Amino acid sequence: MQNDKGIKKAFQSPYLFIAPYATLFILIIALPVLVAMVLSFTSFNTIQTPVFVGLKNYVDIFTGDTVFLQHAVSNTILFSVIVGPIGYMMAFFLAWMLAQVPHKIRTIYAVIIYSPSITGAVMMAFVWRIVFSGDETGYMNNLLINFFGVDSPIQFLQDADYLFPIMIVVSLWGSMGLGFLAMLAGILNIDRSLYEAAAIDGMKNRWQEIFYITIPSIKPQMLFGAVMSIIGTFNAAGLAQALAGGGVPPQYAGWLIVDHANDFGFTRFEMGYASAITVILLLIVLLFNKVAYKLFGERG
Amino acid sequence: MAKSGITFNPDRFHKDQWRFHAFLGVVSLFMGLPIIFIVNHAFKPYSELFAYPPKFFVRRPTFENFLRLATFSSESGIPISRYIFNSILVTIIVIIATIIISSLAAFALSKLDFKGKIALNKINTFSLMFVPVAVAIPRFLVLINIGIYNTYFAHIIPLLAMPVGIFLIKQFMDTNVPKELIEAAKIDGAGNWRIYWNIALPLVMPAIVTVAILAFQVSWANMEGSSLFVDKEALRTLPFYMSTVISQQGNIVVTAGVGAAAQLIMFIPNLIIFIFMQNKVMASMAQSGIK
Repeated sequence: MQNDKGIKKAFQSPYLFIAPYATLFILIIALPVLVAMVLSFTSFNTIQTPVFVGLKNYVDIFTGDTVFLQHAVSNTILFSVIVGPIGYMMAFFLAWMLAQVPHKIRTIYAVIIYSPSITGAVMMAFVWRIVFSGDETGYMNNLLINFFGVDSPIQFLQDADYLFPIMIVVSLWGSMGLGFLAMLAGILNIDRSLYEAAAIDGMKNRWQEIFYITIPSIKPQMLFGAVMSIIGTFNAAGLAQALAGGGVPPQYAGWLIVDHANDFGFTRFEMGYASAITVILLLIVLLFNKVAYKLFGERG
Repeated sequence: MAKSGITFNPDRFHKDQWRFHAFLGVVSLFMGLPIIFIVNHAFKPYSELFAYPPKFFVRRPTFENFLRLATFSSESGIPISRYIFNSILVTIIVIIATIIISSLAAFALSKLDFKGKIALNKINTFSLMFVPVAVAIPRFLVLINIGIYNTYFAHIIPLLAMPVGIFLIKQFMDTNVPKELIEAAKIDGAGNWRIYWNIALPLVMPAIVTVAILAFQVSWANMEGSSLFVDKEALRTLPFYMSTVISQQGNIVVTAGVGAAAQLIMFIPNLIIFIFMQNKVMASMAQSGIK
């Protein structure tokens, strides 16, 4: 009888509710991060056992890896600083405008604006390749030649000067995702009496309303949106290669740290080195998120 | 009465809104154009794919590109129906499993008291920023060693931990499942499982739907399982099959036609589901803030 009760009690334990997720979390999220940290101090080619090499990988990355230092780091920072904040601000202003049109038409606009984020830029790469194709059969070149008086077709995807900007536009196009929806829902749920009170107090300017009422009211959604947009910028892994048609893009244009890690891991099988790059990348993600929490977090 | 300059959620069109409509119209056009392009491109016959000057809209729509996608399989020995079956099976399992796992954990994190609850909540909010792509290499090394190689689990297990899923359900539960209701049920002798199933779950349906949509999105387009953790052709899924067909077309113009058809197959189910469920998604996103 006593034992029976014990089983019943164990069956109701909160930990039982948590257990499935916790197991998967450890397996898929925590363990890989841990493995990356450990392997980053080793030399490992996936076949032989890893050999401890201390800080060698990190030293090599920061002293000898010119591709990493000259291209991957600057591209990643430039890319995330442009796509992150611009996409984020776009999302906010679109949400702000959408909130001010009637429900039916708003739904139509919102579905159209959200839908590119479903597909994602990398999946779309071959369609972009035909749009930006380097001869006059390319849609963009055809348009430029016929309507804007450009003389000869531009090698959009083989020219480092064009590839990176195209990559940014393509990523922005696909970045109105969950964060955008969260901000829209947030704005629609702001207590309207706040605005009426402000109007009585003499607030007339829309910018004042945005900065003193709208943004503070949806701060939690703004933070969620910021985190989502930081994650979103990593969806550009492999985008430059896909746009350029496989292999290393010309002059490493658009070559990101993620691409560098995958290159060392999956093509060269230097897992230790790739893990060290991964750890650096994780630290950068952490840094960006810290900034987002500083800006929008309530306790930050 | 003093009126605010802002009129959120207006009931009908008003002439003050024209600037918003103008701007949103242009943005929608820009965002929608590539999708209209794919739709047109997917139905273009050969002659129009190769046409010079290139035409944006399709003149004589055909199913040539879709047929090319479907019939390619006769050469590899496995029919496209097998890949479709695999994709549907895997996606259904991923959706159901994600919902169960996420909602159970969210219920505990929102409504039950236990040691370590605060820490776990912090960890989950923290892991929202987790980017699977960033740890692709160590993830591969872990997953290759847990016995999912060449099984259906290869497509399923890696997708099941979804921090944003737990987060959305938990947030929704915090505001929409009143504590009094749970206390009342407890007094009536209901256990945690019964409260979870009969009270909490029915009240958080919008969040569940949102998580289901996210799980569908991830699983339906997932190629990682097929390319990294499976080398039996019969176990691979539709996106992988389509990417193989696309990459073997040889010619960039033909590739784009077949690719657009494949893209459409990936995209349309997502779009339809979202359109029908967008009310629920918006209700759930309203509670999505990180506090």
